[in-house]
Amino acid sequence: MNKGARRAIRGSWPRRTTLIDSLPVLSKAPTGIEGLDEITGGGLPAGRPTLVAGSAGSGKTMLAVEFLVRGATQFDEPGVFMMFEESAAELTNNVRSLGFDLAELAAQKKIALDHVHIERSEIEETGEYDLEGLFIRLGHAIDTIGAKRVVLDTVEALFAGLPNQAILRSELRRLFRWLKDRGMTAIVTGEKGEGNAITRYGLEEYVADCVIVLDQRVQEQISTRRLRVLKYRGTAHGTNEYPFLIGAHGFSVLPVTSVLLDHEVSMERVPTGVTRLDEMLGGQGVFRGSSVLVSGSAGTGKSSLAAKLIETACQRGERALLFAYEESTAQIVRNMRSVGIDLQPWVANGLLKLHSSRPTLQGHEQHLVVMHDLVRAFRPSVVAVDPISNLFMAHDDADVKPTLMRLIDFLKKEQITAVFTSLTSGGEASSAPEDSQAGVSSLMDTWLLLRNVEFNGERNRTIFVRKSRGMAHSNQVREFVLSDKGIDLVDVYLGGDHVLTGSARIAREARERVATTLHEQDHQRKLRQLASKRKAIEAQIAALQAEVEAETEEVHFAISQESSVENTAWHDMGVMARQRGGVPRSNGHTKERP
Amino acid sequence: MSSAAESYVRQDMAPSPLFELRLYVAGQTAKSVTAFANLQRICETHLSGRYCLEVIDLTKTPQLAAGDQILALPTLVRRLPEPIKKIIGDLSNEEKVLVGLDVKPVGLGTS
Repeated sequence: MNKGARRAIRGSWPRRTTLIDSLPVLSKAPTGIEGLDEITGGGLPAGRPTLVAGSAGSGKTMLAVEFLVRGATQFDEPGVFMMFEESAAELTNNVRSLGFDLAELAAQKKIALDHVHIERSEIEETGEYDLEGLFIRLGHAIDTIGAKRVVLDTVEALFAGLPNQAILRSELRRLFRWLKDRGMTAIVTGEKGEGNAITRYGLEEYVADCVIVLDQRVQEQISTRRLRVLKYRGTAHGTNEYPFLIGAHGFSVLPVTSVLLDHEVSMERVPTGVTRLDEMLGGQGVFRGSSVLVSGSAGTGKSSLAAKLIETACQRGERALLFAYEESTAQIVRNMRSVGIDLQPWVANGLLKLHSSRPTLQGHEQHLVVMHDLVRAFRPSVVAVDPISNLFMAHDDADVKPTLMRLIDFLKKEQITAVFTSLTSGGEASSAPEDSQAGVSSLMDTWLLLRNVEFNGERNRTIFVRKSRGMAHSNQVREFVLSDKGIDLVDVYLGGDHVLTGSARIAREARERVATTLHEQDHQRKLRQLASKRKAIEAQIAALQAEVEAETEEVHFAISQESSVENTAWHDMGVMARQRGGVPRSNGHTKERP
Repeated sequence: MSSAAESYVRQDMAPSPLFELRLYVAGQTAKSVTAFANLQRICETHLSGRYCLEVIDLTKTPQLAAGDQILALPTLVRRLPEPIKKIIGDLSNEEKVLVGLDVKPVGLGTS
């Protein structure tokens, strides 16, 4: 390619959307390394040297090789690899495992390899000299392939080979100046120094533009690689330590902040295989491509639930992948059969793949690589990891979270439904063991919490939906019943101030039934009593009414009798008065009678 | 002193191997010139007739630098006899050059 094209590629880079919004003041050369360009906001400073420091085995050479290979293959920037420790053949062999064919690239004149070797024993020093020979070699290699990138790995070996350090230091200063003048984007590697020193021989003194520190730390007997941009003159950069891994596809940094959260989402729902659980999850199960956390203490049925999901996926004719970090493949198949989940036929017909390994086998970034590779190769629609708590044994969430986030992101991007089981530390239901999951739970879309409930001399399992993003979900606690017929959820008995499960629930329900019958009988008796009482009272009322009527009649009779006597008397008085010829009077008043 | 005669005698007594020497330089710099002058004098004094010297200017033929693992300039390489020896610098210290080339100095004790 011509120089114009090369410039166009470089020129277009700063306009790329990156997390760090920096003005394109500094031209950057993309490394092509996953994650690193995002951390540095576009790549390494173009036309300037960058120091990559780290202890032995921290991955300096790998980073440098990938920088060159990606430059040569993706950005049309050929590169010179000048090595001071390994030979060209050794290096070619070493990086072949990453899928880089240096020999082929060298044949295509995209990469030039030069092994600089000095044997102290065969060198005698007398009088004045300089390192012009190194310059000439480098210059020749650069001119031969039209290189834009240079790697010096690791130039510090010269300190052991050349006796005169004063000359060496002044020549190194000249070398870095020279690289800048020639506009080479360079990586200079350096061994980590004692204490706080970045490099053993103080290379940081000469390379002042960009310093990247690699680190390999062993914690709990498991090593984790980390990368940090210590310094990047003239640009903003991520300052955190980022875990990285060296896998079959090269160097990969896990930038915590690179999660752009722009993956596609699906409205499709995936049944869990447990009907009543689906009911709790809005009646249809979880979203396709979502992540489900199943957490609980030991023996709560996490693995069984995960296996059920896997089996259900296979029954739908989809591929499923189970990463087991506690049991061997055969053991899983046998054990799951006891709860009515038969995985064997699916393994046999290739829909299901079980991958068992010890979590301590490698650091979790290595596990992540294995997962990536398997998922890429197998293309499942459901992935289960059983359990993540064992896989990421490290105690600090800060360490686990980025790795897990990266895994979840990857699965989401591929629209793979993921089930993670997690062992909660701490006791039974007494303390809130689920709080130990707080770190990773925020990454999950659905969180099912399984709990052991110990009561009445027996232990029972309960389940509830702690959260489920984007769907209506039940707030009920259900009893989680594992039997040889499979998994089922049963309503728990809610009585008084506690939840009853298992035989206590059954006993309580029986008692309840008996009590209900007794109550009913009692009610009927009371009703009968009331009816008979009513009858008695009604009879009384009738008797009293009859009495009143009899009395009334008697009174009427007496009144009518008395008035007829008075009338007769009055008539007689009238007769007598007429006979006497006067006006009849009675009781002091006169009465005219018609 | 007749150094030529003595060297001839020595060569007679035990036939010394031929010294194949290469001097790598970068152009006509002061160091290059000094180194070449020093080397010629030393060879003529101590290896007269038993050496061949090749001067390689890397500014003209840079591709030759990698072959002999040249880093510092000037570098004198003793390609023969084996093993390969390298002497870096302007060769101003004759004694060191002789030690480096593994050559017994001629006319020891005389000045």
